[in-house]
Amino acid sequence: MKNNNSQKNQKLRNDIILAVIIILIAAVGLLLFVMNKEEGSTVSVKIDGTQIVSYSLSENIEIPIKTGDNDEHINILVIKDGKASISEADCPDKICVQTRAVSYVGETVVCLPHKLVIEITNENTDGGLDVAV
Amino acid sequence: MNQKIRKYAVLGLVTAVALVLSYVEAILPPIWPAVPGIKIGLPNIIIIFILYKTGLKDAITVSAIRLFLVALLFGNAMTLIYSTAGAVLSLGLMAICKKLDLFSMVGVSIVGGVAHNLGQILVAMALFETSQIGYYMIVLAITGTIAGVFVGIAASVILKRFEKTKI
Repeated sequence: MKNNNSQKNQKLRNDIILAVIIILIAAVGLLLFVMNKEEGSTVSVKIDGTQIVSYSLSENIEIPIKTGDNDEHINILVIKDGKASISEADCPDKICVQTRAVSYVGETVVCLPHKLVIEITNENTDGGLDVAV
Repeated sequence: MNQKIRKYAVLGLVTAVALVLSYVEAILPPIWPAVPGIKIGLPNIIIIFILYKTGLKDAITVSAIRLFLVALLFGNAMTLIYSTAGAVLSLGLMAICKKLDLFSMVGVSIVGGVAHNLGQILVAMALFETSQIGYYMIVLAITGTIAGVFVGIAASVILKRFEKTKI
């Protein structure tokens, strides 16, 4: 019985060590992420892995993006005050609409059902690259 | 023979419970809407319970049937890919951890919770060909750990209640 109890304590200790290690790794990741945070200048629109178009974050616009295999779906991208978000979508889960507005390089808004990724980047917009429609 | 029938009946019953828990989780409001994907992982209570009560083979069966039915009822082919990736990695690592006998059910459940998130993130990274979604894992690792603690406690309480019941 005593042996059983010490085994239990040992396992509990291992549980706690496991949880602490996971949280430590996450904390280090978070630290790296926060340190590397920089304001982006452009937002790139990717559908199914391929970049479709990119917009400058400096203007305030609303762009409907056709998604889905036959362009039958829609996500509305809003750029406002240097932040990008999706204001409306006809996807079933609406997770992309609920996701907060993004502005730092590497941040994304993802719409899984429509295979759409909106990603903040820092393209050097030298001249013609700034494709605002 | 009678025992076999009894076992199948019980497995069917727990699969139904797991399915209901999936539904409950689906209709719960998002815990933190800004970061999608945070879940408690209620069905995992059942999966861990079966893993400890009757073994890996039955846990795989229950998990697979649950995945298929959830996709059929509330999801689609796309969500099936994600949930399968999460479930395979989660159940696989949980089974290994149980075999290693290093952790209690709570520890095993933490591994399962974090692994489930990791599996889904890996699939999303592969499908979208972008590694940037990876930073979600920072948040999901923490929430997965907390959720894993609760799921593990719930599963061990249930296991204790059914200690004398033979399946």
